Amino acid sequence: MPAVRRTCALALLLPLTLAAQERPLALTGARIFPVAGPVIENGTLVVQGGKILAVGAAGRVSIPAGAEVRNVSGRVLIPGLVDTHSHIGDGDAADRSSPTQGEVRILDAIDIHSDNIRRAQAGGITTVNIMPGSGHLMGGQTAYLKLRHGRTINDLLYCDDPLTGICGGFKMANGTNPRGAPPWPGTRGKAASLVRERFVKALDYRRRLELARADTTKRVERDLEMEALVQVLEGKRVVHHHTHRYDDILTVLRLREEFGFRVVLQHVTEGWRVAREIAAAGVPCSIILIDSPGGKLEAMNLSMDNGRILDSAGALVAFHTDDGITDSRFFLRSAAFGVRAGLPRTRALEALTIAGAKMLDLADRVGSLEPGKDADFVLLSGDPFSIYTHVEETWAGGERVFDRGNPADRAYATGAFRLMRDLETHTDDHSDVEGGR
Amino acid sequence: MTSRLGGSAPRRLGVLLLLGVAAPPLQAQLAVRADTLYTMAGAPIPDGVVLVGKDGKIEAVGPAARVRIPRGVRTLTARIVTPGLVDAHTVVGLAGALNYAHDQDQLETSDPIQPELRAFDAYDARERLVEWVRGFGVTTLHTGHGPGALMSGQTMVVKTRGSSVAEALVDSVTMVAMTLGPDVSDNFRGKSPGTRAKGVAMLRAAFLKGQDYARKRADPDSTKRPARDLRQEAIARVLEGRAAALITAHGMSEILAALRLQREFGFRLVLDGAAESYMLVDEIRAAGVPVILHPSMIRNTGSASSASLETAATLVAAGIPVALQSGFEGYVPKTRVVLFEAAVAAANGLTREQALATITRDAARVIGQDRRVGTLEVGKDGDLALFDGDPFEYTSHVCAVVIEGAVVADRCR
Repeated sequence: MPAVRRTCALALLLPLTLAAQERPLALTGARIFPVAGPVIENGTLVVQGGKILAVGAAGRVSIPAGAEVRNVSGRVLIPGLVDTHSHIGDGDAADRSSPTQGEVRILDAIDIHSDNIRRAQAGGITTVNIMPGSGHLMGGQTAYLKLRHGRTINDLLYCDDPLTGICGGFKMANGTNPRGAPPWPGTRGKAASLVRERFVKALDYRRRLELARADTTKRVERDLEMEALVQVLEGKRVVHHHTHRYDDILTVLRLREEFGFRVVLQHVTEGWRVAREIAAAGVPCSIILIDSPGGKLEAMNLSMDNGRILDSAGALVAFHTDDGITDSRFFLRSAAFGVRAGLPRTRALEALTIAGAKMLDLADRVGSLEPGKDADFVLLSGDPFSIYTHVEETWAGGERVFDRGNPADRAYATGAFRLMRDLETHTDDHSDVEGGR
Repeated sequence: MTSRLGGSAPRRLGVLLLLGVAAPPLQAQLAVRADTLYTMAGAPIPDGVVLVGKDGKIEAVGPAARVRIPRGVRTLTARIVTPGLVDAHTVVGLAGALNYAHDQDQLETSDPIQPELRAFDAYDARERLVEWVRGFGVTTLHTGHGPGALMSGQTMVVKTRGSSVAEALVDSVTMVAMTLGPDVSDNFRGKSPGTRAKGVAMLRAAFLKGQDYARKRADPDSTKRPARDLRQEAIARVLEGRAAALITAHGMSEILAALRLQREFGFRLVLDGAAESYMLVDEIRAAGVPVILHPSMIRNTGSASSASLETAATLVAAGIPVALQSGFEGYVPKTRVVLFEAAVAAANGLTREQALATITRDAARVIGQDRRVGTLEVGKDGDLALFDGDPFEYTSHVCAVVIEGAVVADRCR
C-alpha cells in the first residue's frame, strides 16, 4: 500500500517539477558557496531545464524574463552534496561463492524507493556512489546515482545506458573484512596474491582481445568479470578500495603501481600515518567520521585529524557516509568535525562536493555551482558547519527532491517516517489529504 | 541505591553548604573562570567563577565580582563552563573498543534472566573508551549490563577516572537492566523467550517468585527462611525500591508492557530507549516515569526504526523527565558520545539549556546522583567541562575536564 501511495504522490509532483525545468527559476538574496570560487553575499542562482544558467552577486546576474523569482535571503546555498561511499538503496551485490566477483553490478539490485534514499535527500545528498560491501576482495561494480525523482533506476543513473555505458566504479577491499575460510584469503599475503592473479588474468584477456582485433579469425569468449577488470586496467572504471590500516593502504598503492589502475582510497582510517606516501602517489582519499575509535582492531587508530593531515600533505580529500555506518542526514556533520580538527572550512566544503565529484569522474557535471553544471543544490537555514543548521530544500537536476516545509518530507529528516506513513495511510481512509495537495 | 563498595557515602553536604557561602573559601585547590558559567541551578552566570576545595567539592560559585579567586590557586579559564557531563546510560567499561569476546562483558547469554550479575565485577576502569568519552567532558557514567536480555544484570554509577573500579565507583548497584521486544529473542535463539509476549510472561513469573522469596526471607521464624538466593535477592531489591528497573523498550507495545509491569509490581521504573515514546506521551506522563532516551542519532533500523530526532523535545515539552544516553553500539562507533547526542537534540527542538540538562542536571536525577553531580552548587562534586565555544557546536572544543578538582584532560578536542 505505501508503495502505491508514494507513486501517486510522485505523479502529483511531476507537473510542478516539469514546470520548474521549463521556466527559469531564480533564487535571490542567498549567501552562496559556489565552491568554484569565493563565497557570494546576496547572491543569485538561476537554473533552467535541470542546469545552472547563472550564479553570481545580485546585480551581476541577469534574471531571464518570465523567470520564477524566489527571495531566499538569510539562507545559504551550497552545491548538492556528493557522497563517495554509501550503501543506501538496499542493494546486495557479490554473494558468498567467491571473494572476487567483478562481474556483479549493484545497479541490478537497488531499490530507488527505499527509505534511506529519501533520508539521503533530506541530508542534502544529490550524487551518491552506491557500493557493494567490503566482505570481498573484489565486491563488484558500484553505481553512481543522481538522487532525483524517478520511477526506476534508469532515471537516476549517470550513464546513458547500463548495457553500453560505465555506470560506476569497482569495489575492492583489503584488511580483515574480506577474510575467511577458503576460497576467501586467510592472510594479507594471500589476499594480495588472489587480487594480483585476477589482474594478471585480465592483462592476458586484454592481450587476447587486442590480438583478436587484429586477426578476425581469432575469437575471445566473453568473460564478464574480465570485461570489468579490463575497464579498470584501462582507467575507464575507477577502483574504490576499502582499506584501514597503514600497511594495507600501502598495499593498495603497490598494486596500483603494478597494474596502473585508477584508485580512490576509501575509509583510509590510518591515512594520517602514511599521508606523505598517499600524497606522493597522487591518490585521492574518501574518509569517514566515526564518533569513537574501535569496534574492530583496524579502526583503533581512528583520528579526527585524518582529514586535516591528509589535506595538508597534499592529498585530495572527500568525506563519505558509508550509510548505514553513519546516517546520510548527518553528512554535513562529518565535514564539520573535520573543521573541528583543523581542516580549513573551504576544504571541508570541497570535501563534501567537488572533491567527491572528481573522484567519481563527475566534476564536469556536479560538485560546484557553475553555469552549465547540473542544477543540484541545497538550501540551508544557516552556516553549513553549524549544528543548528537544517537542510531546508534539496534540488537535484532542477527538481526539488526534499522540502522540509512538507510534513511528509520532514518526517524523513526527523526519522519518524514509518509511523508517520502509517498514520497517513490511516487518515487517508477518512479524508482526501493527498488529493488536496 | 548503594554507595561505595562495602562502605557508606560521605555525607558532608550540609556542612559544606554552610561553609561555602558564609566564610571566604581559602582551601581551594582549583579555580575555574568562565565567560559564561552554566551552573544548571539557575540562569547562566556571565563571568562566573567556581572554586573547588581540596576535598574535591565545590566551595563557591558565582559571578567573579563576588567570588574572589584566592592568590596562588591554579586557575583555568574558558568561554563556556558546564557541570561535568553525565551519561545516563552506557555500557562503556564493560564493553571495550576492541570488540572482541575478551572485552565484551555487557551481555551474558546463558540465561535470559540474570539480575544477580554485578556491574562492578566486569568494569575496566582503564578501558580506552572511558578515556575517550572523558575527553569530551563526560565525568559520570551510569554503566553496566546492557540491553538484550529480559534481565541482563545490574548497573552502577562511576566517575570516568581512577585506575580500578573501586576508585571510580560512586554507586555500586543503581538499577537492574531489563529489555522487552524482539531483540531479546534474537539473543536467545532456540530458547525462550521466542516472542515478545512470552518475554513479558517470563518477567512477570520472575517478579512473582521474587515477591515470594522476599516474603519468606522476612519470616520472623529464621528456621523457616529459605537459603540465600542471589538471583531472588536482586529481584527483591528491585521490588523493594532499592534499585530501579531500567527497562529498554522501543516499540509502542513494549513501552506499554513496561508500564503494565510497573503497575502490577510497583517497582521504580525508568524507561530506556523508548524510540516510539512520542506516540505515548500521555501514558508515560500519567505513570510519572522518567525516560532515558535513545541517542539522538540512533540508527533508524530494527526496533528503533521509527526513532525521531525530535523525541527529546516532545517529551520535555510534556513535562516528562528526560536524560540522554550514549547507549550500546555493537560495531562502529563502539560508543557514542553523549555530548554529541545532546547537541542534535538542541538542534531539533530543545533549547540549549534544556539539552544541556539532559546530560547534566536531569541525567543526575534519573540515576539518583543529583546530590553529588549534575549542577554546579556549593557542596557538590567539583566536576566541570570547559569549552572554547557553544558546547554543542560541531566546531567547538572541549578544552579541559575536571573531576573532583583534578584536571583529567587539558587538550582541546
